[in-house]
Amino acid sequence: MKILVVDDEKDVQVLFEQKFRKEIRSHEMIFDFAFSGEEAMQYLHLHEQEAVLILSDINMPGISGLQLLAYIKQQYHKPPPVVMMITAYGDQENYNTAKQLGADDFLTKPVDFTLLKEKLKTAIP
Amino acid sequence: MNGTFIILIVVCAYLRKALNTKNRQPEWDRILLAALYVSILGLALQVLASSIRPFLDWAAHAMLLGFIYLAFKHPVFQPVRTVAVALLPLELKYLADEITKKISPGFYSEWKNYFEAAGLFAVVWLVAMLIINNRQRKALAKQQAIAEEKEKEFKKAEEMKAVLAVQVAERTAELQGQKQALETALDELKATQSQLIQSEKMASLGELTAGIAHEIQNPLNFVNNFSEVSHELLTEMVEEIEKGNKEEVKSIARDLQQNLEKINHHGKRADAIVKGMLQHSRSSTGIKEPTDINALADEYLRLAYHGLRAKDKSFNASMQTDFDPQASNIPVIPQDMGRVILNLITNAFYAVAEKKKQQPAGYEPIVKLGTKRQEGTLVIRVQDNGNGIPRRVIDKIFQPFFTTKPAGEGTGLGLSMSYDIVTKGHGGELQVETQEGEGTTFTIQIPIQTP
Repeated sequence: MKILVVDDEKDVQVLFEQKFRKEIRSHEMIFDFAFSGEEAMQYLHLHEQEAVLILSDINMPGISGLQLLAYIKQQYHKPPPVVMMITAYGDQENYNTAKQLGADDFLTKPVDFTLLKEKLKTAIP
Repeated sequence: MNGTFIILIVVCAYLRKALNTKNRQPEWDRILLAALYVSILGLALQVLASSIRPFLDWAAHAMLLGFIYLAFKHPVFQPVRTVAVALLPLELKYLADEITKKISPGFYSEWKNYFEAAGLFAVVWLVAMLIINNRQRKALAKQQAIAEEKEKEFKKAEEMKAVLAVQVAERTAELQGQKQALETALDELKATQSQLIQSEKMASLGELTAGIAHEIQNPLNFVNNFSEVSHELLTEMVEEIEKGNKEEVKSIARDLQQNLEKINHHGKRADAIVKGMLQHSRSSTGIKEPTDINALADEYLRLAYHGLRAKDKSFNASMQTDFDPQASNIPVIPQDMGRVILNLITNAFYAVAEKKKQQPAGYEPIVKLGTKRQEGTLVIRVQDNGNGIPRRVIDKIFQPFFTTKPAGEGTGLGLSMSYDIVTKGHGGELQVETQEGEGTTFTIQIPIQTP
């Protein structure tokens, strides 16, 4: 299962690689990283249908996570990737907007990795 | 008939009047009055009792001579000495007549014509002297009148001076009171101004709070996450040591090392943000320090963005930075320059947010922040594509208390303080270019003083 993580904080990569050490080693999960909305779009363009799950931060300079979400949900249909949004602003408005745009799940920072792991495992059957 | 008594009457009357003896010399007045009555009596006797006429003649002349003597000797008669001078030849002629008649009547009758001529001369002299005296008296009186007039004027002036002095004293007291009131008002204004500066600072800090919280939360999350994952790694490491898997242990150790570096890095990040916040709220040192303008600008850009983002959840703007690496070591007053940059960025975000509210579709809010070091000048440029500043208010934007924001949202001090900091504090310039509907660019230019 290939997962694309989108966050403007580069250290997210090291963190995910260590947190999902076992899963990566057992090839249960493969992580790719994009450090902005633009990079994520480019990645999706080059590796269409590869990533089945996208984990995106909402608050990023440039194209925001919500804009990226809208773009993904419009452009990629068969099969649509699962998109989970992560944000430091866990307010109702953000949540509603994300849901409206078709987000499959909504997580708030700081990320509970145990919970995330469970969600990732159940998201893709 | 001899005129000596008439002369005496006239002289006595004249002396009393001229010397004003009635008021000034009461004793002499009595004497002169007595002499006047005696003369009148003498005149009457001369007419009635012709037998004692020679004696009366002598008496009259004796009185007249007495007066002439007094006129020359006594200080009281000094002012009327001319009268005595006028009478003197007449009396001398009389004395000469009498003496010559007694000693040598023959000589007298022989030289009678000459004696008579002398008598005529004495009369002419008398008349001339009286005329002169009269004139002198008139001139004197005139001068006296002038002197009196002057004296009066002087007194009047003195009185006016006194009145003026009182008025001046009153006015001075009044002005002194007004001066004191103004000084008190000025002191109050100064106190209010420093309070306003402080509250402006606090207001901008308030706007930043959410941004600061967000900016601190991110590194703190990393610190927590990396320490947690390190804990997991250590457990794994112990397992691998027991298995004797040396390579894996080494790999985990490298990861742990890296994680500790990350923890340290993010800890420092949070530390820097807190320090920056403290620096912002602290009063300015007024001392220029070598400052990394890019780091300062970037920090405030993020803080301002997240501050606005926290208030308006739907807000999003593209931030484009163009930092000149040469702008890393510039002597500025960091707290002050930070406030200027923050203020300009906050304004830019406000401008694009306002425009976004008016035309949400198809509008891409962009805030550009750039630094440039060129030929001894530091240039900081803050550009937005908001609504621009209307022409009618462009001249007022640097005035204190001028704000276009709704009541309670802006202090109206941001740009005026920024202007003061750039121009007075750093000897630079703060310029604005704007086009209505297109956007605004603020440009800070500061001369770089190389120590």
